[in-house]
Amino acid sequence: MTRYLRLSGLEPFVLTPDIPFVNVGERTNVTGSARFRKLIVNRDYAAALEVARDQVENGAQIIDVNMDEGLIDSKQTMVDFLNLVASEPDIARVPVMIDSSKWEVIEAGLQCVQGKSVVNSISLKEGEEAFRHHAGLCLAYGAAVVVMAFDETGQADTLARKTEICARAYRILVEEVGFPPEDIIFDPNIFAVATGIEEHDNYGVDFIEATRWIRQNLPHAHVSGGVSNLSFSFRGNEPVREAMHAVFLYHAIKAGMDMGIVNAGQLAVYDQIDPDLREACEDVVLNRVPRAGGTATEQMLDIAERFHGDKREEKVRDLAWRDWPVEKRLEHALVNGITEFIEEDTETARQTAERPLHVIEGPLMAGMNVVGDLFGSGKMFLPQVVKSARVMKQAVAVLLPYMEEEKRLNGGEGRESAGKILMATVKGDVHDIGKNIVGVVLACNNYEIVDLGVMVPPQKIMQVAREEKVDIIGLSGLITPSLDEMVHLASELEREDFGIPLLIGGATTSKVHTAVKIAPRYTKSQTVYVTDASRAVGVVGSLMSPSQKPDYIAGIRAEYAEVAERHERKERAKERVSLTAARANAMRIDWDDYEPTAPDFLGTRVIDDWDLAEIARFIDWTPFFRTWELKGVYPKILDDPAQGEAARSLFADAQSMLQRIIGERWFGPRAVVGFWPANATGDDIKLYTDAERRETLAVLHTLRQQHAKRAGRPNVALSDFVAPEGTAPDHVGGFVVTAGPEEIEIAEAFERENDNYSAILVKALADRYAEAMAEMLHQRVRRELWGYVPHEAFQPDELIAEPYRGIRPAPGYPAQPDHTEKVTLFRLLDAEAATGVELTESMAMWPGSSVSGLYIQHPDSYYFGVAKVERDQVEDYARRKGMDVDEAERWLAPILNYTPESMTARTAA
Amino acid sequence: MTMFVVPEAPNVAELRALAEERILILDGAMGTMIQALNMVEEDFTASGCIGSSCCARHSTDHPQKGNNDLLVLTQPKAIEDIQFSFATAGADILGTNTFSSTTIAQADYGLESAVYDLNVAGAQVARRAADRAESEDGKPRFVAGSVGPTNRTASISPDVNDPGYRAVSFDELRVAYGEQIDGLMAGGSDLILIETIFDTLNAKAAIFAAFESFGKAGRRLPIMISGTITDASGRTLSGQTPTAFWHSVAHARPFTVGLNCALGAEAMRPHMVEIASVATAFTCAYPNAGLPNAFGEYDETPEQTGANAAEYARDGIINVVGGCCGTTPDHIRAVTEAVASFAPRKAPA
Repeated sequence: MTRYLRLSGLEPFVLTPDIPFVNVGERTNVTGSARFRKLIVNRDYAAALEVARDQVENGAQIIDVNMDEGLIDSKQTMVDFLNLVASEPDIARVPVMIDSSKWEVIEAGLQCVQGKSVVNSISLKEGEEAFRHHAGLCLAYGAAVVVMAFDETGQADTLARKTEICARAYRILVEEVGFPPEDIIFDPNIFAVATGIEEHDNYGVDFIEATRWIRQNLPHAHVSGGVSNLSFSFRGNEPVREAMHAVFLYHAIKAGMDMGIVNAGQLAVYDQIDPDLREACEDVVLNRVPRAGGTATEQMLDIAERFHGDKREEKVRDLAWRDWPVEKRLEHALVNGITEFIEEDTETARQTAERPLHVIEGPLMAGMNVVGDLFGSGKMFLPQVVKSARVMKQAVAVLLPYMEEEKRLNGGEGRESAGKILMATVKGDVHDIGKNIVGVVLACNNYEIVDLGVMVPPQKIMQVAREEKVDIIGLSGLITPSLDEMVHLASELEREDFGIPLLIGGATTSKVHTAVKIAPRYTKSQTVYVTDASRAVGVVGSLMSPSQKPDYIAGIRAEYAEVAERHERKERAKERVSLTAARANAMRIDWDDYEPTAPDFLGTRVIDDWDLAEIARFIDWTPFFRTWELKGVYPKILDDPAQGEAARSLFADAQSMLQRIIGERWFGPRAVVGFWPANATGDDIKLYTDAERRETLAVLHTLRQQHAKRAGRPNVALSDFVAPEGTAPDHVGGFVVTAGPEEIEIAEAFERENDNYSAILVKALADRYAEAMAEMLHQRVRRELWGYVPHEAFQPDELIAEPYRGIRPAPGYPAQPDHTEKVTLFRLLDAEAATGVELTESMAMWPGSSVSGLYIQHPDSYYFGVAKVERDQVEDYARRKGMDVDEAERWLAPILNYTPESMTARTAA
Repeated sequence: MTMFVVPEAPNVAELRALAEERILILDGAMGTMIQALNMVEEDFTASGCIGSSCCARHSTDHPQKGNNDLLVLTQPKAIEDIQFSFATAGADILGTNTFSSTTIAQADYGLESAVYDLNVAGAQVARRAADRAESEDGKPRFVAGSVGPTNRTASISPDVNDPGYRAVSFDELRVAYGEQIDGLMAGGSDLILIETIFDTLNAKAAIFAAFESFGKAGRRLPIMISGTITDASGRTLSGQTPTAFWHSVAHARPFTVGLNCALGAEAMRPHMVEIASVATAFTCAYPNAGLPNAFGEYDETPEQTGANAAEYARDGIINVVGGCCGTTPDHIRAVTEAVASFAPRKAPA
């Protein structure tokens, strides 16, 4: 490998010959910047980091950090600042130059940087031994070094001294210490010229000539310097200083100076300097006699007056992109999710475009392609992409009226999309956050989305698919009955001779279910399971590409065949025990020594004194991030190196919406809770009309685990946790909570404003609210309404781990997978009247942000999963419920451990 | 600190010559092999010896199940047998079972006082396995003292609200690594393997410590450096690109640089290609046996692993190859056979 100086921050930096000059940022140097010194002395690290960030944004390839200030603990400040820089990826991207006149400060800094940095500086000032020692340490820490032309007798001023010291240092480093010569950067001292002292007049020339000598005689070494010293005597006259620096650098770079500490924002362009000023500068820098006579310094002083006070305006750096061409501005706004200027920029683009459509097809799509690429390559995260889509939508909204007008005038055709995708949440299911995210992501990639919303019956899906001539159908669902709806739709597509691919997604869907249950029903095209929104673009792209499609489908088919086969093997291996045996191994609680607590009241009570701010304290944020496909535990996810930035920004948006939800009372939470005297009979729980326990009010049916258990582990059913008839006077409770139907209207309002991001956000927060309410109500039940743990003192965040006594199992979840039990629960609570929550035909709750369940108090009760059940239990269960076996099998389909006859019959039909 | 003046250990020349000649084989996973033995607490403590009064040197009341490194003291034969089976499967270089044998990592088990012994014994156990294999087939085997990342990061704050905070300092790491490397050298290691690096600053502390240990011992062992790319962003956990990572560790003048763990061969490939194109050192890759399934198990077959290694070899991006999580002696045997006919990578000119 060629011997180049190779440094790194988070990203590499190589000083190759095609880089004529490396600009080292000097604004994070307390000796070079008064502003930075003030920030550091005041410990305003946030603003100090902004200074560093600005430098990097403005193109500094290395940043110099210097904390040599008498008023502060330089060593500790160096450590603190470098540690903070390490936490800012957009600064830490570039290598650091650790700058101090004290070795201990340098060494402390070296212990904080993971990249290869530059030490500024070491020298022969304290003799060869110290020099060797410091150089050896730089080698062990893995840093390049700046070597000052300084020795035991002082700083080198003349060409002879400079070259002599550099040659000696080079020999010690390379021959004695084993230092790589390409990692040595000499600083042969830039001193002030035009000071009026004659000995100083040649300093510019001495530096330039020393540079030339070093580059010719000390192989691979580099030359750097602090340029601002040069014009020291013209302090306060910025135009003159900038001109002197530009002229000096012009000549020094030609001589081989390839690095320097310069304020790039304050450097004149050599060619654009006033010719008189430039000549005066050259005379002082190169120590020439002026053509007009006199000395160079006198001439410089004369001319300096003329340029004094010509202050250059400093640009507002953050908005530099506003000066870019409009296409670039649109791209920048899309990638960074900035809506502030989008309408103005879109309008500008429209005025220059031949047709409004060209703005979409040109710069906007180009910008969205950049977003798509960044997302596909893992450089952008979902919340950022959704923000980009918001910008896109607002831009399109500006153009739409013009496009309509154009259409009206000449009947021109609409824009061509990459393909048309129908999206729907299936019949009986109201969950649509995931589907909306997929829709947005696909729309970002130029697909046209036909979104039929939630609870869409199969007939409508097929009818619209035909009318709109869609290319692909995408189905979403969250609750288990939706899986069967998907299977049903697949069979219908087959029957109706459709030939377009079917995509499956949503929380309960899986590759195994798709491969085993859905894909075999639809042989006329392919069903594909889509893991998450980030995969959607790839899958759809493959399915839409005529060249990739055949291979892609063949691959999916082979994969699914293997998945199905593996699944079958696994299932066969799973042993089940008979219902009789399972009952014999039921959980045995000792009821003799147990005195159940009676609740505060019997019957139902509506809870309407909800405080939105208080509920917010109970929110478990981890599932919220999962909704957005940011996988990790809150609050750790905020600090995740890969997803942290996205998570933080999403969390900030959620917090500010939360403030509005609370302040403007967006939601109207409602709840109902009830308690009834109850005892278990077999696998059922009998509820009585009153404490006499003579008349039965209702029966709750439960299901028992049937998998083969290890010795000592029971085959449990929920009824095991309730005292059997004839033992103790037990009770059971029930509840329904809802964040209210308001979220639906609010989300629609956002959608009308083309703000999908906020629409999804409000729905996700409504879901969190319902869950938080359930948690809060349960605590209140334990403490007062039932009161079996009156002094429980868990904090909201501790409740996430479910440390409390008693459980609140929900119908349709693992402990009782039968959704139809909700009917009994809702009747007992008169829940629809009390809370406005309705049950759909699939037994999903509407609005979706609702939670229901039972309350059981026994300390030994726990959450479990029933898992797969056998035919004998299903028949028994159907009999107990007064249901046809067929119907029971339909509702329990996801947990059947056998293929029911009813299903085979349906397939045959 | 003039470590490049310290002479190289005597068998380094032999190792270097072998690496010029053919692709060398590093062994497979120790962790998943130990897991498969289903050992219980009594196995880990040798029926209570560790942590009781009979072993006063290493007294602790922490449970030891899961402390795999302890097995070099309590079940040395089991570890030696695993290493021996990797050696007979074709491995030229055997990693010691000392991944977590630093005071920092052993603090979880209350065994900080045992780290020197763990490292000496870890190297000795691997040495015995190496000597046994060598005496059987006459092929030289080398012992690489494994130095893991510890469970703390020197350049990332564990506290969201305090980004400037660090749970461990460079000096704490340097001292801990120094003790470990001293032990590994005393036990007879031929190389030092700084592996599974997710924070380059930790690795730099280990390199610094190695230099100090070499200085004390008067001989310099070859260093192998292996980073870990954790996700689709293609960077280390601490945020560096593969090239930036190489620049940050090049001062160690390592025998090899490369990647291991976290990814299967396919996902690791582009990052290995990048390192192979910039590094002046030999390169070394030891990916996982694919990605774990839903149950955290590795399904990749030895044939697949072998085919992946062959592809690396064909493209000329490796000098040393082995396996990380999920790779068994069968996988290493397949890798050995798969790369045998390919020439080792040539470093870029």
